[in-house]
Amino acid sequence: MALLEVNDIHAYYGNIHALKGVSLTVEKGEIVSLIGGNGAGKTTTLRTICGLLHPRGGNIQFDGEDLSRVPAHHLVGKGIAMVPEGRGIFSKLTVQANLELGAYTRNDKAGISEDLEKVFHLFPRLAERRTQVAGTLSGGEQQMLAMGRAMMSRPRLLLMDEPSMGLAPVLVDLIFATITDINKTGTTILLVEQNAHKALQVASRGYVLQTGEIRLSDTAVALQNNAEVRNLYLGIE
Amino acid sequence: MEDLRRRLDGVSWVDLFLWGLRIVIILLIVVGAFNTLTSGKYTITTWISLSISGLAQGSIYALIALGYTLVYGILLMINFAHGEVFMAGAFTTVFIANYFNRIGFLNTYPLLAILILMVIAALVSMSVAVLLERIAYRPLRGAPRLVPLITAIGASFFLQYSFRGFYGSGFQTYPTVTALSGTFTVGKVTIPVVQVVVFFAAIALMSGLYWLVERTKMGKSMRAVSEDKEVAALMGIDINRVIVFTFAIGGMLAGAAGVINGLYRPQGVYFFMGFIPGIKAFTAAVLGGIGSVPGAMLGGLFLGVIESIGPNLVLEGLGIDGANQLKDAIAFTMLVLVLIFRPQGILGERLSEKKA
Repeated sequence: MALLEVNDIHAYYGNIHALKGVSLTVEKGEIVSLIGGNGAGKTTTLRTICGLLHPRGGNIQFDGEDLSRVPAHHLVGKGIAMVPEGRGIFSKLTVQANLELGAYTRNDKAGISEDLEKVFHLFPRLAERRTQVAGTLSGGEQQMLAMGRAMMSRPRLLLMDEPSMGLAPVLVDLIFATITDINKTGTTILLVEQNAHKALQVASRGYVLQTGEIRLSDTAVALQNNAEVRNLYLGIE
Repeated sequence: MEDLRRRLDGVSWVDLFLWGLRIVIILLIVVGAFNTLTSGKYTITTWISLSISGLAQGSIYALIALGYTLVYGILLMINFAHGEVFMAGAFTTVFIANYFNRIGFLNTYPLLAILILMVIAALVSMSVAVLLERIAYRPLRGAPRLVPLITAIGASFFLQYSFRGFYGSGFQTYPTVTALSGTFTVGKVTIPVVQVVVFFAAIALMSGLYWLVERTKMGKSMRAVSEDKEVAALMGIDINRVIVFTFAIGGMLAGAAGVINGLYRPQGVYFFMGFIPGIKAFTAAVLGGIGSVPGAMLGGLFLGVIESIGPNLVLEGLGIDGANQLKDAIAFTMLVLVLIFRPQGILGERLSEKKA
């Protein structure tokens, strides 16, 4: 059985039908990429999975448990962490306080400080700035902080929303290398990206979302060679 | 001349008017203060004792102001019923205080009795604040910001007249605590004991709150929620719990302030007593920078002192009679001044786009 199963979910913003029956699965240990244009419903899909939005139809199964009506603040405890769109760091708190909030639901002090060191090892830049207020970090550092914070809950499934958005190319490479590293330590990842090229390089499988529906789903390699994907999302004639 | 004209080119009439207003106000303050000080009517001792009574009054404002600022920090709404939360505690405990006085408990163990009264008042005000959130504000969480504001005003009337229904419309008076009724002298200044007790009791409560917000896990989650509710939820923080907790803490401080206020100004306890302190505390919160915890504390003390020395210092120098009765005018003039000179308050940050 898959770790995450999204079955035919329908989601609305007011009267706008944003997701029209999206289904996808993520197997344990995979990186799955969800690509698509602006307004295709990528972020909405993630928001629905993590409980910020409840589906009006369909259901979401995580490790055999139905998540469709579970409020967002219970998901961390179940093993799902999210790197939100636009990073969502707490800009008035210090880097360390941000990371500690990532471990909000945990009570094992020793484990938390161990994981804090792991994050600082993964992102040495954050270690240098641990007492600094997070709002003073650069965009790339804020992205590292958002990822580090999500790792602080020891998630089984990590949801990432546009981690490369607004970053310089060299930082984009670093972020994607880190995504692969995180995955190698056993964390399953569902990645939403506009940068389809990079997203399909690191993923094992991918889904193409278009106006609230899954248009294509295949292995990442097959999608990279798909004429339509190449034309629309990879910009290759 | 050419240069001046070019500089004035980009300035609108509104700006010019505001600048004129600022200059006039500053002139009035300077002239008034100068006249009073050169007339030699008051000695330095008078100013010191006025400042001390101002600090005592201001610390009560600060305690109430914290309730406004905490709720604003989290929900971006002004809980205009907060004055009534204060009234609920003060009004309920006045009867208990008088009972304690009748059986002799109040004057045999003044400290214990006052502590018990503060705890009771804190619990009453906390319950009112929490119910207010649950019944009046939570259903409107997603509504436009004007809606909860109007609801708050309605809730304020509802509470006033409910308490009139419970306890009647008469004026009640807190009993005198003998241990606090004396004075002592430092140098040439005579200080009433009660003012010192009021000030330090308020400072103790505020230090407690500061520790709570800065050092505890709940405080951290409050700060996280005030910055971004959705991301805070993704961290596993139960937003509703944090909001209820915020109302509860603000209510407890207001309730305790109700008893402290009763020690300082025993008279005038009735169902409408929360209105003026509520508005003053709101002014104090805006003065300090609404949303900022140290700002509310500072704003409260500042407002208390200004209100205490302002009438004698500025108004008498301008030849206005009965200046002491105009302390409310001074307080609200301060609000207008702050809004003109520093809209974000003393310690406030400029409103970001998110909050504006």
